[in-house]
Amino acid sequence: MTTAFKDRNLLAVIGDEDTITGLLLAGIGHVERGKKNFLVVDSKTQVSAIEATFQEYTERKDIAILLINQHVAEKIRPTVDKYTQAFPALLEIPSKDHPYDPSKDSILKRVQKLFGD
Amino acid sequence: MSGTGPRENIFPTRMALTNTKLRLKGAQTGHSLLAKKRDALTTRFRAILRKVDEAKRKMGRVMQLASFSLAEVTYATGDISFLVQEQAKSASFKVKAKQENVSGVVLPAFDVDRVPGTDFNLTGLGRGGQQVLRSKEVYAKAVVTLVELASLQAAFMILDEVIRATNRRVNAIEHVVIPRLENTIKYINSELDEMDREEFFRLKKIQGKKKRDAGKADAEREALEAGNREQQSTGTVSQAEEVAGVGESSDLLGTKDEDIIF
Repeated sequence: MTTAFKDRNLLAVIGDEDTITGLLLAGIGHVERGKKNFLVVDSKTQVSAIEATFQEYTERKDIAILLINQHVAEKIRPTVDKYTQAFPALLEIPSKDHPYDPSKDSILKRVQKLFGD
Repeated sequence: MSGTGPRENIFPTRMALTNTKLRLKGAQTGHSLLAKKRDALTTRFRAILRKVDEAKRKMGRVMQLASFSLAEVTYATGDISFLVQEQAKSASFKVKAKQENVSGVVLPAFDVDRVPGTDFNLTGLGRGGQQVLRSKEVYAKAVVTLVELASLQAAFMILDEVIRATNRRVNAIEHVVIPRLENTIKYINSELDEMDREEFFRLKKIQGKKKRDAGKADAEREALEAGNREQQSTGTVSQAEEVAGVGESSDLLGTKDEDIIF
């Protein structure tokens, strides 16, 4: 696991339209043979589709960091909480309509737990 | 028998005792080394935890700023999201992984690897080009923060796991391996003592038997000698006669012999 991060150099995003647009403007978008490294989630997106994409991105070997909007992560919270791999690093980011709530973050929850005991 | 706890299944010999003692020493050294490693990792871990906490809060602010700049773009140019999504071809903003070593644990750290050039050269050509450009920069900065946070977080995950493993090992050595070796040593020692006692007893027993046998042999010999003496007292007379006979004939020089010419 620790040796396999050399060839990971992409970022992937699962989030709402605005977040994706902004991050794509920054230049993280990568489309290869029709496979994108970003998923736009709106109110019509099925939870199962989000989950499938989450699985796909966490299993891909070229993704170093997976960014996911917190309100999207909230929809698939059990899957996100279960995810403990170091690579790709999972990062919950705030979105425009949903301010950042540290108490929901799966990593910060672990941090709190560790500082607690 | 001592060594009531679990012990190793070996034959109690002096060789095994030496070996077990050596292994106990090794286990103790390993325990102290692992404990040191755990402490070093924990120190590092706490520092990272604090940084993660800080960075997460900073990220909230940065993303807010970025969203705001995107709102400016939308205001100036209209919705560009579809355009941007369709034009994304290959990433110009990538990360490079490098590694850092903390007491034998490889921690990853991501470095931003930006290639100049963009897929969106025509975006905002009509109007709002300036806003698009600024938004791009703001978002790039936000992503840099995100990348930093991600590398901290990856280090956090790995350290967490390694600390857990190290703790497990330290506890296993402390509570399983060392007591078992100590029990084994106790067991071997008690067995060796037992063997010593047995040996001592056996020697005593043999000595007793030998003594008894010797006494018996002595008595027998004495009896034999007594018998011999009796026999000898009857035989001495004839012996004395014989000796006398010999004495007569033996003095060849003393008596003159008529036959001798010279």
